[in-house]
Amino acid sequence: MKRVYVNEEWCLGCHLCEYNCAFANSGLRDMAFALKDKKIFPRIHIEGDDKISFAVSCRHCTDPICIKSCIAGAISKVDGVVKIDRDKCVGCLTCVLVCPYGALAPAEDGIMQKCELCLNNSCGAPACVAGCPNKAIVYEERGEEK
Amino acid sequence: MKKYIIIGNGTAAVGCIEGIRSLDKTGEITVISEENHHVYSRPLISYYLENKTDLEHMKYRGDSFYKDNSCKVIYGKKAVRISKTSVTLDDETVLKGDRICIATGSRPFVPPIAGLDTVEKKFGFMTLDDALALEKVLSKNVRVLIVGAGLIGLKCAEGIHDRVGSITVCDLADRVLSSILDNDCAGIVQKHLEANGIKFLLGDTVERFEGDFAFMKSGKQVDFDICVLAVGVRANSELIKAAGGEVNRGIIVNSKMETSLPHIYAAGDCSEGFDASVGANRVLAILPNAYIGGSTAGVNMAGGDAAFDNAIPMNSIGFFGLHIMSAGDYSGVCSEEKTENTLKRFFTKDGYLRGFILIGATERAGIYTALIRDKTPLKTIDFDLTKKVASNLIFSKKIRGKKFGGVV
Repeated sequence: MKRVYVNEEWCLGCHLCEYNCAFANSGLRDMAFALKDKKIFPRIHIEGDDKISFAVSCRHCTDPICIKSCIAGAISKVDGVVKIDRDKCVGCLTCVLVCPYGALAPAEDGIMQKCELCLNNSCGAPACVAGCPNKAIVYEERGEEK
Repeated sequence: MKKYIIIGNGTAAVGCIEGIRSLDKTGEITVISEENHHVYSRPLISYYLENKTDLEHMKYRGDSFYKDNSCKVIYGKKAVRISKTSVTLDDETVLKGDRICIATGSRPFVPPIAGLDTVEKKFGFMTLDDALALEKVLSKNVRVLIVGAGLIGLKCAEGIHDRVGSITVCDLADRVLSSILDNDCAGIVQKHLEANGIKFLLGDTVERFEGDFAFMKSGKQVDFDICVLAVGVRANSELIKAAGGEVNRGIIVNSKMETSLPHIYAAGDCSEGFDASVGANRVLAILPNAYIGGSTAGVNMAGGDAAFDNAIPMNSIGFFGLHIMSAGDYSGVCSEEKTENTLKRFFTKDGYLRGFILIGATERAGIYTALIRDKTPLKTIDFDLTKKVASNLIFSKKIRGKKFGGVV
């Protein structure tokens, strides 16, 4: 399946992916209205220092430990995409405790949200990838699952 | 066609069902559920009382789960005897099975306190039925005494906080959450709970009850309307013990989740397996391990080859907006990162991260947890860099390439 991959040598650390993610998942049509003067809660984040930077988002693991660990049974895998049911999530953050990639963070309301590859918002494909100015984030097939 | 019997209908049972079905789509699965409920998330009972979830959303798997997995569920019956190939229910029905999984969980330990029988309104806090019974007596003027300041007692306190008059929590231990926090961390959490109106009597225990009065060992008296007993739990291991299997504090299992009896497996809170953080057997009664243990058992019951050999204790729990995470064990050298409102403690030994406690600063904590589970030698990463905020920067470019550039 297609996933989001990171080429860290090309990442400029511009954080545009975070803004595009927050906008894509805001459900709003105007980017300025959605994001201006607001603290954003994107589902992708940039890590790095003054030398290197890279984007981190859900890996949609082959064998996701978040699903096994969720105390509410709120996380599931549908057609390879790891999804969260925000109505079931109680915000205990056990998934944050177990995700080895540090890819998960709660939304503004304390309930978890996660990258679902923009398949269910108006973008239809990852907004972080579409807006990456240096093509450091890509959305493609790599390797085969068992 | 293989016949599987799963005794219990909680998280470990779901793991077992999904484990079996990953290999065997047609074998006959029978689930024996003592509780008359579709599988629900046990840890959510406090959130239910807090109105943060409801009975529909508490379902751990959807309504069609058993049907989708072709399982027969027998509700309201208890398994009373097992043999290598059969399970006998309390109505003397005998079920035949080729592989049996014990997923019977645990029950509250009821301490032998004098006069406990004179307490009119007393509750446990383990099951949905416990929560529903407790809910019936909640009102804005009741005074609640919770015996036990562990995870169960304190989550109960948070759950009912807005629906009762007052809450007093007592515990024989001199600190809250004594199983997962050290003294300093427990002090921070206690203060936070006290700021939210919870009263504590720590290092103290109920010597005797006389109706709605608790006479404490310290000489204090607590006048209450409702008593919740959350002292501790005991593994439901009797079936295996009676059948001659090996039992310690829980049913002894190996990494394949096999008990000492052939063809019989066990998983979840009733079992005692290997704790990789201390290198010894322990009951690790936490939901993730119940699922993984159950799933491992299921795969092996269906003829596959799975092992659960990296179990560690770990908890993520919040109270009134303060998040607390802990993992592993706390022997070794402690180093800490502190701000006015947060505390992070790391415990290292022999060049490995062995455990941690995080109070109010839990961002990307899974990176730390993975260092414990994967037994990553700290000399291969820049651990100091990651203490303030967990980051994938600590790894080499090559390892990062695998994590973020490959299928994982």
